[in-house]
Amino acid sequence: MPRVENKIALVTGAGSGLGRSSALRLAEEGARVVVTDLNVEGGAETVKQITAAGGDAFFLQHNVAEEEQWLSVLAEVEKRYGQLDILVNNAGVFLVKPIATTSLEEFRWQNSINVEGVFLGIKYGIELMEKSGGGSIVNISSIAGLVGTAVSPAYCGSKGAVRLLTKGCAMECAQKKNKIRINSIHPGGMLTPMLEEGMEALGGGDKVRKGFENMAPIGHLGEALDIANGVVYLASEEAKYITGAELVIDGGITAA
Amino acid sequence: MGRVEGKVAIVTGGGSAGMGRVTSLLLASEGAKVVVGDINEAGAKDTAEQINAAGGEAVALHHDVASEEGWAEIIKLALDTYGRLDILDNNAAMFIAKPLMETTTEEFRRQNQVNVDGVFFGMKAAIPAMELTGGGAIVNISSGAGIVGFSAAGAYSSSKGAVRLMTKSMALECAQRKNNIRVNSIHPGPILTPMLEQGMDDLGGGDEVRGMFEGMAPIGHLGEPLDIANGVLYLASEESKYVTGAELAIDGGFIAQ
Repeated sequence: MPRVENKIALVTGAGSGLGRSSALRLAEEGARVVVTDLNVEGGAETVKQITAAGGDAFFLQHNVAEEEQWLSVLAEVEKRYGQLDILVNNAGVFLVKPIATTSLEEFRWQNSINVEGVFLGIKYGIELMEKSGGGSIVNISSIAGLVGTAVSPAYCGSKGAVRLLTKGCAMECAQKKNKIRINSIHPGGMLTPMLEEGMEALGGGDKVRKGFENMAPIGHLGEALDIANGVVYLASEEAKYITGAELVIDGGITAA
Repeated sequence: MGRVEGKVAIVTGGGSAGMGRVTSLLLASEGAKVVVGDINEAGAKDTAEQINAAGGEAVALHHDVASEEGWAEIIKLALDTYGRLDILDNNAAMFIAKPLMETTTEEFRRQNQVNVDGVFFGMKAAIPAMELTGGGAIVNISSGAGIVGFSAAGAYSSSKGAVRLMTKSMALECAQRKNNIRVNSIHPGPILTPMLEQGMDDLGGGDEVRGMFEGMAPIGHLGEPLDIANGVLYLASEESKYVTGAELAIDGGFIAQ
């Protein structure tokens, strides 16, 4: 039996990379998937791939930093399906810059997506999930939310916030006994458009790429599917006793 | 197709009606052939029989994880019977529910022999066998008490802390050897198993002691062995191929507080 049969899932940033792969895997395991992204073309492509494989999905354009848009996206989910079981807060931006040259505006912009986007998703996602008796929220943090990285300290700050926002909200849900579990995933270097852009911003080329590959003791970059598989596990009933936890998928980087 | 189809797994402590048995059954139902070891041989045989009766494949043997010779024997059985070894679930453990001040040197050592030496011997014996067929996955069952302190069982906590970091070191060693073997730990919170029931009895039993364990998990209840088995399955399968040296807490929120 599929692992998330008949569940309703919303994946943000699902127009590319980790989000697309997660949306595809959830659909493959029986979920109906609401694909959201700022990028209309990317989102449409994800929906196309899901429906081509026999799955069920639809797209909504969505800027996760906008409170109003969260309200309208979730209202649409409720109207169509009457419930929400799985929320993957995946949308994120990766500012590759030393703190010395990061402007306050850039810092706030990154936090508006990586931190406030997750805050809004959790806040309003919980409301809808409670109506049908529970659910599972998976927040995509990063290994940069566990340890420092010199090339992107502001990104670290935002992902560290996601890690503890996850735990705080997990404790709140446990107290409320609302049967909503909240966990974070911490990817290492995964080959996604976001990482490719980051590598370009660092000058690109083989040397930069090798640097990212060698970050992992395992010796290579991960792929989006590795994260998608973690999402399916945490979203499913298999993980019913897991909350407030962090799942690290990083080829061993933070074990050292 | 099963999630660990065609793989060969060793599960230690697979004879008790706790995590070991449920994990053995789940791995088998997802296509693995299982070698079930336990010091309780009758229990191990019972687990293997349940697997075979359900159409799976399993063999059982008496196996003391604290004995290095015992490890040579179980690895040989896996290779002789099924020709390979892909998965090792270092699950066997003991739980001395006593404050450190009341723990004797003998008890401290005995606990480490099973919980720490057992995992060390297991990894050391299994890795060469896994290398013969190009890789594998080792899952070490640590504990939430391997991450945070536990006044009711200090020696247990220290043994499980050792498992946590032995896991990470071995994961890095395997990465360096490029042998395609991943090593991860699972950190159960209070899970309703015969081991926990015995620990609760040792602490005086009754509703108050049980309430203490239930209250350890913010989620408000004990977990069940299947919760851990599902984590083992994830970490043993190819789904987690980029996960190594990681710690998976399955604890109802215990260490998140």
